[in-house]
Amino acid sequence: MSILIDKNSRVVVQGITGRSGLFHTQQCRAYGTNIVAGVTPGKGGIHIDGIPVFNTVEEAVRYTNASVSMIFVPPPGAADAILECCAAELDLAVCITEGIPVKDMVLARAVQNGSKTMLVGPNCPGVITPGQCKLGIMPGYIHKPGKIGVVSRSGTLTYEAVKQLTDIDLGQSTCVGIGGDPIIGMKFIDALELFNNDPQTEAVFMIGEIGGGAEEDAAMWIKENMKKPVAAFIAGVTAPPGKRMGHAGAIITGGKGKAEDKIRTLQECGVVVATSPTQMGQAMQEALVAAGKTISKSNAKSPLKRSKK
Amino acid sequence: MNIHEYQAKEILSGYGIPVPRNRVALTADQVERAAKMMGGHCVVKAQIYAGGRGKAGGVKVVHHPEQANDVGKELFGKRLVTKQTGPEGLKVRRILVEEAVEIAREFYLSLTLDRQTSRYCLIASAEGGVEIEEVAAKSPEKIHVLTIDPFTGLRPYQARSIALALGLTGVVCEDCVELILNLYRCCMEKDCSLVEINPLVVTKAGWLLAMDAKMSFDDNAVYRHREYPDMVDYSQLDPLEITAGKYDLSYIKLTGNIGCMVNGAGLAMATLDVLKEFGGEPANFLDVGGGSSREKVAEAFKIILQDDDVKGVFVNIFGGIMRCDVIAQGIIEAASEVHCALPIVVRMDGSHVEEGKQLLLESGLNVQIGDNLGDGAQKIVKMLGQGGN
Repeated sequence: MSILIDKNSRVVVQGITGRSGLFHTQQCRAYGTNIVAGVTPGKGGIHIDGIPVFNTVEEAVRYTNASVSMIFVPPPGAADAILECCAAELDLAVCITEGIPVKDMVLARAVQNGSKTMLVGPNCPGVITPGQCKLGIMPGYIHKPGKIGVVSRSGTLTYEAVKQLTDIDLGQSTCVGIGGDPIIGMKFIDALELFNNDPQTEAVFMIGEIGGGAEEDAAMWIKENMKKPVAAFIAGVTAPPGKRMGHAGAIITGGKGKAEDKIRTLQECGVVVATSPTQMGQAMQEALVAAGKTISKSNAKSPLKRSKK
Repeated sequence: MNIHEYQAKEILSGYGIPVPRNRVALTADQVERAAKMMGGHCVVKAQIYAGGRGKAGGVKVVHHPEQANDVGKELFGKRLVTKQTGPEGLKVRRILVEEAVEIAREFYLSLTLDRQTSRYCLIASAEGGVEIEEVAAKSPEKIHVLTIDPFTGLRPYQARSIALALGLTGVVCEDCVELILNLYRCCMEKDCSLVEINPLVVTKAGWLLAMDAKMSFDDNAVYRHREYPDMVDYSQLDPLEITAGKYDLSYIKLTGNIGCMVNGAGLAMATLDVLKEFGGEPANFLDVGGGSSREKVAEAFKIILQDDDVKGVFVNIFGGIMRCDVIAQGIIEAASEVHCALPIVVRMDGSHVEEGKQLLLESGLNVQIGDNLGDGAQKIVKMLGQGGN
């Protein structure tokens, strides 16, 4: 078991004929992802690398039974690509595209929220279930099948965390990059809930950043609901306050967003927080040990702050 | 993307939102002429990309044209330091001269994105003319927030409920309803990430006027507004940040001496954190993007080295599917071009990592390889320590 995707997932790639769309299709395929169709409007009927290309998602679903989409459509058409997935009633859409206008996403998110399609991203590295299915731009080789669920707002920082986990023999059940845009589909809590209900996942590592209040919300949810140990890292402890002209956005989140506040809230909710980005793997291990779970051999002492509870 | 107050007012005015009579001046003489036009009694406002101008002396009421000239002379070329600019301040290159009006009441009004609900929201308060953050801290009950349904848009009855909540009645209330609806239309059509009127006033004569306005656009939507790139006032931006923007790099100057080049914003932040942890001081934040090319790496390197404070460079690239030998070539290319003799530590992960390391070690640059994030950070801090900085 894993969450969102596994070796049986039938994948359609939207924007498959674009440069990065094709490149990553090949990469994912080499990893073992079952890519059954591509969609590029106007190019329906051709085959690319043996994959049939359709004009619409609906067509792709009808002919290939695809249930998951990976979106590489350029920003002007990406929100529409998400809407198309919802209309075709796919199980999951993973949108890699960076730079979608906020206004377009407000509408796409509102439609998606009322549909049966789950959305990961946009502006995210994607989702990977190690050894089974890679749906995104992350390097496959750093991952290792296992029992840790990983959820992150960041891209390359997730690779760093995953590598540290793999290096100390902590394999991953599924890694979800939820993306750093102001409007995203799946949030920390949604991923945590899926991991909580997944029998394979024994613990979760969470990677957050300064800004917004998503980490605080996740912390409160963990305290109330999470049955499995959670460790976390928050990037940006030393970041200077951003140069922003507008400040109205800060009003709504109630002045949240500082790394220290996020770390404190997480610790208060029982999460082990790595104090340094070099200690992410160690923090996960510490959380496992604290929960009485034995996983790995190396058990080096680490300078971690422990939760008071 | 930010614009000046006078530009924001021009746009608002185009949407039927009343603004005071005004003129933009580029010299002190123009300030004087504009003041004469307004009848002598007017407000002189420095145009910079930051708020908090009033308290920093950037907004002044004058009573006759000669006085306006003096204020113009004083403000032009001055670096205005406000709460939002940072210690170096921002240079005043443009001044807005505006008619003075007699104010009866002041309000706050803005439209922006609420990340929590993934929707736009309207924020209003009867406490206008002061910083909304202060109001939020002291008396949050005085702030009204209305979340806007993207399917219906902002409806007149909703705008009316806000206008009434502000304590407006009769004709002025209906004027305000129209103003709010126009503001929403402007926000949507112009792809604003923020549009703020503070204060929105009712004059003693009973008219609504947007006395100050702030507007910023969604960077992701600039491509569908051809006029936006020409509206940028480059004098308000850090020159290095401008160059970085051209190559789609995200660069922020900091105060230390270790130049940083990292791919991905999260990892870049984590890299700054780790440098500080080992006693180093980063000179900048620089994100070359998740999948950066050789050209981008080379440009990024040059930008870092343009900063005279930089005494060493730490490169942290988790390439993944990016080839490390290509990144290494980019670094070598840029470093040789600018004859860089500074110590460099490179930490790379990804495909072809051994070839990349080999290239760097054979390049003749003063370079060391970091085995991982912590090792790399420690090495650059140590190298600088020995350099006697």
